[in-house]
Amino acid sequence: MQEEVIISGRNIPHIDPHLEIWHWPIPVYLFLGGLAAGILFFAAYYTIRGREDELPTAVKWSTFLTPFLLIIGLVALFIDLKHQWYFWQLYLTIRIESPMSWGAWVLMFITPLSILWSASYVKELFPGWRWKPDFLNRVEELVISYRKPLAWIMLFLAVILGIYTGILLSAFNARPLWNNALLGPLFLTSGLSTGAATIMWMSKQHHERSIFARIDLILIGIELFLIIHLFMGFLAGPEVQLEAADMFISGAYALPFWGLVVGLGMILPAILEVLELRGVKIPAAFPALLILIGGFIFRFIMVEAGQLSSYPY
Amino acid sequence: MLKASSLAQYTRSPEWATKAIPNFCEVCFWKCAKWVNLDEDGNIRSLKGIDDDPHCNGRLCPRGTGGLGMYYDKDRLTTPLMRVEGGDGQTFKEVSWDEALSFIAEKMNSLKERYGPESVALFNHGSSGKHFTHLLKAFGSTNITAPSYAQCRGPREVGFKMTFGQTLGSPEPTDIRDTRCLVLIGSHLGENMHNGQVQEMSDAIDQGADIITVDPRYSTAASKSRYWLPIKPSTDLALLLSWIHVIIEEGLYDKDYVEKHTYGFDRLRHHVKRMTPEWCYGITTIKPDLIRKTARTMAGASPAVIVHPGRHVTWYGDDTQRTRAIAILNALLGSWGRRGGFYFSEKVKIPSFPTPDYPKAKWSWRELLDGKYPLAGLSVSQTFIEASIAENKSEHPIKGWLVSGTNLPLTIPDNSRFEKAVQDVELFVAVDTMPMEVTGYADVVLPECTYLERHDDLRSSPHRQPYIALRMPAVEPLGDSKPAWWMARELGLKLGLDAYFPYEHFEEVLEWQLKQLGTSMEEMQMTGIKRFERQNPSLYLKDEEVPYYNTLSGKIELYSTELEQHGFDPLPNYVAHPEPPDNYYRLNYGRAPMHTFSRTSNNDYLTDLMETNTVWVNPRVAKIWGFKKGTKVKLRNQDGVVSDFPIEVRITERIRWDSIYIVHGFGHNNKKLTKAYGKGVNDTALITKVMTDPIMGGTGMRGNFVTFELIEEPENATI
Amino acid sequence: MRYAMAIDTKKCVGCSDCVIACQIENKVPIGYCRDWVTETVVGTYPDLEMEIRSERCNHCDNAPCVRCCPTGASYIDEGGIVLVTPNKCIGCGACIESCPYDARFSHPTEGHVDKCTFCVHRVKKGEQPACVSVCPTKCMYFGDINDPSSEISQILSKRKYKVLAPEAGTRPQVYYLI
Repeated sequence: MQEEVIISGRNIPHIDPHLEIWHWPIPVYLFLGGLAAGILFFAAYYTIRGREDELPTAVKWSTFLTPFLLIIGLVALFIDLKHQWYFWQLYLTIRIESPMSWGAWVLMFITPLSILWSASYVKELFPGWRWKPDFLNRVEELVISYRKPLAWIMLFLAVILGIYTGILLSAFNARPLWNNALLGPLFLTSGLSTGAATIMWMSKQHHERSIFARIDLILIGIELFLIIHLFMGFLAGPEVQLEAADMFISGAYALPFWGLVVGLGMILPAILEVLELRGVKIPAAFPALLILIGGFIFRFIMVEAGQLSSYPY
Repeated sequence: MLKASSLAQYTRSPEWATKAIPNFCEVCFWKCAKWVNLDEDGNIRSLKGIDDDPHCNGRLCPRGTGGLGMYYDKDRLTTPLMRVEGGDGQTFKEVSWDEALSFIAEKMNSLKERYGPESVALFNHGSSGKHFTHLLKAFGSTNITAPSYAQCRGPREVGFKMTFGQTLGSPEPTDIRDTRCLVLIGSHLGENMHNGQVQEMSDAIDQGADIITVDPRYSTAASKSRYWLPIKPSTDLALLLSWIHVIIEEGLYDKDYVEKHTYGFDRLRHHVKRMTPEWCYGITTIKPDLIRKTARTMAGASPAVIVHPGRHVTWYGDDTQRTRAIAILNALLGSWGRRGGFYFSEKVKIPSFPTPDYPKAKWSWRELLDGKYPLAGLSVSQTFIEASIAENKSEHPIKGWLVSGTNLPLTIPDNSRFEKAVQDVELFVAVDTMPMEVTGYADVVLPECTYLERHDDLRSSPHRQPYIALRMPAVEPLGDSKPAWWMARELGLKLGLDAYFPYEHFEEVLEWQLKQLGTSMEEMQMTGIKRFERQNPSLYLKDEEVPYYNTLSGKIELYSTELEQHGFDPLPNYVAHPEPPDNYYRLNYGRAPMHTFSRTSNNDYLTDLMETNTVWVNPRVAKIWGFKKGTKVKLRNQDGVVSDFPIEVRITERIRWDSIYIVHGFGHNNKKLTKAYGKGVNDTALITKVMTDPIMGGTGMRGNFVTFELIEEPENATI
Repeated sequence: MRYAMAIDTKKCVGCSDCVIACQIENKVPIGYCRDWVTETVVGTYPDLEMEIRSERCNHCDNAPCVRCCPTGASYIDEGGIVLVTPNKCIGCGACIESCPYDARFSHPTEGHVDKCTFCVHRVKKGEQPACVSVCPTKCMYFGDINDPSSEISQILSKRKYKVLAPEAGTRPQVYYLI
């Protein structure tokens, strides 16, 4: 028998008996950030490809959500900070080795950009709209005339926004569940998938909906591939990774993960979308909602389980 | 008149010139000298050992370092309390010192008139006792007792006195830092934090010394030992006799030493003839070749070998005989008076401040022994309790108790006797810094200030080099708490004993004593300690020296003539002791290095390290009972006594399947101890079966067995 | 100059004096600790082995906590000591997530991250860290391992030692003599 005890009475809140220093604000932000990244990515991409009019929800209307998603996400992050009123220190430096630093700066730019982008389409929704104070109308004109370059910037920022949280988690040596190279692409794909699902749900045009249904199917396929690849990696890795994987195979997370996240959050919506493409009438809300909920639960589980995985010594 | 004091009233020294005030620790009895470091506001900031002090070598133990928790404890007693008559009898009211001391003086005088001054007794453990001892002796009573004798180390004092003609004293003169082999049988050094000895054990390990540990539990010392003998509890004497057998039969003993210094070798040889390792194996479950191997290792290190006498040796009632066996073994190995064995310690004789002779007491604690325990060298505490119980109709009744520095309910086993005595005693005064359990039984509770806030007698403990250490206050006493010397003096004045307190302040006494010793208060304030030269420069026996041993034969008595005279076995005999019945486990208890007695369980810093005790249970036993990690149970002993509170189970391979182990000093049931209340189990309450040593009255406490009372239904239990 | 610590598990008795001394020296709030003591027991009664270790921040050479800090509050000082500048710290918790030894914690009243500093304030005065100077068994060593004549270099050259979780890749600088 092996027994390990701490004999000097250590019981630090949120660290003993196991780490849980990141609570609900973090998965909330991860979800909202990923969703915003997905929406903005498609908006930027289809703008660059010149298909704004063909896919108006993607390019214009869905972006109206993003400022709110990002701001709520930022508020969640702010709530999580323990030394909150020093948050501005983030912006006095940029640290290449810290993905969180990249994230801070990306958010610093993408949030106003998403506001500008979505605001520049307000006139299309409300034709008589005029901004007050007046100089904002000139800003709007600038945005519209520089639409393509802005789209490129937004594309770039959206990719970083979508992928950096995964890279951030994977850079922690101490958490075997996260410490692998697949988490970044997986988070990005998941973010794009939730974005596509939202666009599909919001869209009023059958053509747009079916394009995004197809995109979503491909993205779900990629996600499933990455997840399987992830677990193959765990099972071929060192003991700490075997133990991390074990949480999802025979441990407490097995049912929530494979059942809710993969089953209900990926496979079922995929089947529904296939059926819809084949002509069966399914309200778009249904698969979209499943994908969104699945995406949120996925991030929640990853944050919690990752903190449980550790190096015994 | 009594009024709130400023520091100036307690010392005639000028404003503190330095920020480090000398003191010596009172958390345990090791008395390490320390500096009390004050911050800019004059508050105690930290405690640090005095570098040259041989007790600590500049490094305090965790209790010493955490001693400031004693000062800052928010549950401290700060005003005198008196029990309110009537009602539930559990209420106390705050009173002034004048009222409290007048009450006590009046009662004491009344007892003196009706029963004689001898009827007032003192129970004590610690520095405050010296002041109350002086008071009581001046009053006319010599009935003073410390539980540390009959409840702790008494048997070994007698065991060694019978053999070597002198007691061991405290600290024991064990030359651990130079030993080649340390044998621990009944000592869990490393868990009991006898600072100097733990430090020396570390030095010994560095020098490659072998450690042999005999313990039913895998103690910390066992984990550092070359050999660990997982002995069946209560059979230690058989192992010792068998070792003696091997060492004699294989000719491994120090022949020259034995011939010149000892008496009774042939009778010893004859006595242990049949006590072979094979015989021992059947009793102790230790394999014969391990017994031989360890005996040879010990002998190979001779004379730099120590069979440690242990400290708390009151186990089964035959403890004097068991420590006799340890003493005999040491004598055979030639370790007494040799480097790496036992050195000859010396201490400074502190001159007594001149006061009139004490009145002659008509009877003393010897009379309370009632013809029993003929070889007790000091008073036997439980006899005081028995003499206080009216039902016993003692010829020499005790009617008044003064208790200072000892929490009697968690010290003396078989609490029912204590509780009976408390009903019959007419005056019960408890002096304590904290609202410990004993204060809940008292008529008057007097708040003592901690050692950091007061003067006390100079420390003069026996060691390799004689040293004295000074204790002086670093800060003012908290609230209305007072030092013991002040309480004793004020009470003395009220009793008309002015002549015995010819000083206003105890500092005068210290100044006088220091002057007699050739130093001064100023010097001591700078250095904290002072070293003196030994009278006899030699720590060990010189070559060819054969001293006179203070025994009846003048030699080290392997065969004890004095024991024989009193009708006891002159050579130890193994006697089997009762074993636990089915589903019961032997209650073993011991120490943790971050706590001491029951007095640290409320200390903020020390409870941050260890808040409660747990009950150690072997995994096989845990399986039978269906225990899991975190299970809580209550303990019930063989007499049906159930622990007040539940305790968490620690499932560990470190304990035998026939025993359980808990650290002593928890399970406090006085609600005023806000941090300690309700945490863990009080082992003393479960020790109701006492096996008393007929030779000197030691109360053997290891003969109690407990079973588990489940709190909720476990799964998969097979019981 | 590279500061490191070596702890002799053969002598440590688990008294936890190092924990209390640190708590008092560095005013660590009660209920929190910068260092702690663990006990590992292996085997079945009576074939047992036990190791007692005093643990703390390992001031790693490849410190993941310094890498992941978004504001640079976590940094490496002279001699390799890993420190935190309290008013650059935003309390994001990334460094706590990144430490395989759970050495960091969020200060309960101040909000910034706290951990063992090798008592840099004492080291700069030429003293030893509080834990090393109080240890009754003298089982702790601290010094410059780049200096071959220092006590710690000497002891590491004579004894077998290990570090905690070497496979995590952090290159810790607290060595346990075994």
